Amino acid sequence: MAESKQSAEATVSDVQKKIRAAFEAFDYESNNTVDVREIGTIIYSLGCFPSQADLHDLIAEVEEDQTGYIHLDSFLPVMSKVLLEHKFPPIPEDLLLQAFEVLDKEKKGYLEHEELTKYMTQEGELFTQEEVDEMLTALADHEKNVVYYKDLINQLTIDPDM
Amino acid sequence: MFRYFTQAKHIFVVEGISSCCAIKSAVLIQRWYRQFVARKEMRRRYTWHIFQSIEYSGEQAQIKLYNFLGYLMDNFTPASNERNLISHIFRENEVCRDAEWERYFCYKNIEVPDLYSGPHLTFPLTVEQAVGLVEAFRNKKQLHSRYVLQLLLETWKQLRLLPNINRISTCHSKEITICGDLHGQLEDLLLIFYKNDMPSLEKPYLFNGDFVDRGKDSIEILIILFSFLLVYPSEVYLNRGNHEDHIVNLRYGFTKEVLSKYRMHGKRILKLLQKIFSWLPLATVIDQKVLVIHGGISNTTDLSVLARVDRHNYNSALRPPKKRHQNVAGKSIDSDEEAGSTNKVFQRRPSLTFPRTLTKDCFQNRSLQDFSDRLRANTVEEVEIHKRLPGPLGPENDTSQSCESISSEDEWRQILDLLWSDPMAQDGCVPNEVRGGGCYWGPDVTEDFLNRHNLQLIIRSHECKQEGYEFCHNRKVLTLFSASNYYDVGSNRGAYVKLGPDLVPYLVQYQASSMIRELSVRQSAGRSERSANKVLREQLFAHKSDLICAFKKLDSGNKGRVSLANWASAVESVMRLGLPWRIMRSQLVTGRSADSSIDSSIDYYEWFNELAIKGANADHIDQSLLETLYRHRSTLETIFRIVDTDNSGFITMEDFRQTWKLLSVYLKMEITEEAISDLAVTIDSNQDGSIDIEEFMEAFRLTDKKSRLERGRSMFMGTASDLTKLEGDPNI
Repeated sequence: MAESKQSAEATVSDVQKKIRAAFEAFDYESNNTVDVREIGTIIYSLGCFPSQADLHDLIAEVEEDQTGYIHLDSFLPVMSKVLLEHKFPPIPEDLLLQAFEVLDKEKKGYLEHEELTKYMTQEGELFTQEEVDEMLTALADHEKNVVYYKDLINQLTIDPDM
Repeated sequence: MFRYFTQAKHIFVVEGISSCCAIKSAVLIQRWYRQFVARKEMRRRYTWHIFQSIEYSGEQAQIKLYNFLGYLMDNFTPASNERNLISHIFRENEVCRDAEWERYFCYKNIEVPDLYSGPHLTFPLTVEQAVGLVEAFRNKKQLHSRYVLQLLLETWKQLRLLPNINRISTCHSKEITICGDLHGQLEDLLLIFYKNDMPSLEKPYLFNGDFVDRGKDSIEILIILFSFLLVYPSEVYLNRGNHEDHIVNLRYGFTKEVLSKYRMHGKRILKLLQKIFSWLPLATVIDQKVLVIHGGISNTTDLSVLARVDRHNYNSALRPPKKRHQNVAGKSIDSDEEAGSTNKVFQRRPSLTFPRTLTKDCFQNRSLQDFSDRLRANTVEEVEIHKRLPGPLGPENDTSQSCESISSEDEWRQILDLLWSDPMAQDGCVPNEVRGGGCYWGPDVTEDFLNRHNLQLIIRSHECKQEGYEFCHNRKVLTLFSASNYYDVGSNRGAYVKLGPDLVPYLVQYQASSMIRELSVRQSAGRSERSANKVLREQLFAHKSDLICAFKKLDSGNKGRVSLANWASAVESVMRLGLPWRIMRSQLVTGRSADSSIDSSIDYYEWFNELAIKGANADHIDQSLLETLYRHRSTLETIFRIVDTDNSGFITMEDFRQTWKLLSVYLKMEITEEAISDLAVTIDSNQDGSIDIEEFMEAFRLTDKKSRLERGRSMFMGTASDLTKLEGDPNI
């Protein structure tokens, strides 16, 4: 019993260290605060996959009354809970593949610029035009101008435990 | 959560394709992609941080080395061997008359062979010739040393006419173009001229320092800048940077570049450049409202003081000025070579900006680690004190003996601050520990300074920025950096700024290198990361002994494994780079050592095997000596070049031994005569008792087993890696 308590404590402190490390990368003034606009990046980089709605809820919980800043003291307990409870787990590869296949109605094995743009900017948690452009630049095959999603999923899978 | 996924799967399987499906799919993809981008951004920041901390610790190492050598100077008896070895770099400008200098720098008897296919210059220089030089360099020609010397002499004459602070105006609706650090990257200068046209009567330019070092075309950049300065003296302005300094050049590649491009006359060219650097103006003020300087300011910066200094006395900003003592006969003594002189004419303070002097016992019985610990401890205290008390940086200099109201020490510190300081986000003004010179200054200091001098903006360079520029201090300070791809291909853009009579900065960004266009965003980020990763692995390898020691301390059961948390803290305690090791673990711990079982611990012996860095084939040499070599490679090379007084590229066996002795004192390491002989034997192929510096450094280079690239040097080694040779190599 004592051992599992010890390991539980170890996990909590481990998790907290991870959160601190990620937070510090954006704490430009070294005063334990980050700009609220960066919090999404921090949460994502800790291995979580929240939806936009989840993100908004989280931010609402930790933001300092409209100042535009988030303090580590508020962020740490909330984020620790998120990580310890595995609240926003990663998307399994096969599910991601299916998602792409759903959009690829003709089962071509790739998605064209227009197709992807249409879905990303009109459905779901809308991308801005800028986000789509960036996505296409990063992911599309240069010559053929299409996105071979099967290859992508293999190449861009997330690192194990950060 | 589990429920969500089974539900989603259920929908896919049962309902077939419907618009509800499309939405859910889109959501998944969007979420996945946003996550991917965030992680990429995080990694980019760490990569940047790696390069930057290694770059700055290199600068710090240089200053520490210089301080150490200065300490030796102060504490060895005049006749000792060690002192003679290095005394020449402390020698002040010899008191010579102009006629003597002219003889030394005379180019007239240098013949230009018929075979020479580069540009020929006639003086006075014309615009066509200046433009011709740009073209010639674009076509990879080299200017003959005769013309180089001639050009430099004319430049020297011109610069001596200039004041310490250039004052220019944008009247006649002229826009001035300001460029930041170029660091020998000719491609960037060519790109700027392409986008913005070359300097002319209608197109004034200001170049804000750091023209040389790191890049491979420093001398060509200087030649171009000086040519335009001569042709358009009222339209082209130059500010001195911290790299316009022969001491810094010894480490960062400019000295080497000149000596290798100009084998016969390189030494003379470098000597003349020393003078030219010291005559470069320190600052520029535009329309009495905008200050342009290379580094920054401190809370004691005073433009009226700076306007009055004899700037050419400061050959190297790292060296405080000589105190001129009057002896009984009333003649001033300048040379410190006076035999038997008991006057400590050369009063050097061992530290640059730390108010407390470092005494003799700081160096004895202390390792380099101790030394830096002590500095760090001092620093923390200093920072705390100065944070609470804004104001001048503790004037309790106990070595200052001046009774003048503005001592030469103060003057020197003013120049140092101007060339080396960096802005910080917090209020106050503290010593710049990271670089080892100048200070960090806060927004309150900016505000105060601008008010006092009736200015509205400070434009400075000195720091690499990803977008080529960055505003801070409420947009009152603009950092401008013009060397794109500085850390690595794809690492950053360069920028220049245009300032018209409205004094509103208009920024233009660019990125050189034809390779960039072919790399997708994903590839170029990955490439930078791999490069930084390699640099880091080399550093880790070079600290193997200390790291193993640290791991063992945390491995109580002696299992050869440590937990991830312990691994990270042990690594930081040895490397002291302030990097997020835990987050980087997945990139640094690979192969079998990464097969973390349930307890995610790391087999540290296996980890060193997996680092895949190969050391020199030198089994006969002591492990810790080898590591010293790798770690302090840049320092060692710098000392070699200092010792090589005639700049021949060779040093005698005797001097080689002396150098190692110096290094052993510096690092507080025991290095036996035998060990030194072993080292020499490794590379003295001609057996003639002289060591080829290049050959030696090459023999002890670390190579990366993973990378196919074995040419070029990593950033850690002090010179910029020449990645332009990598055209088409998909693995890099």
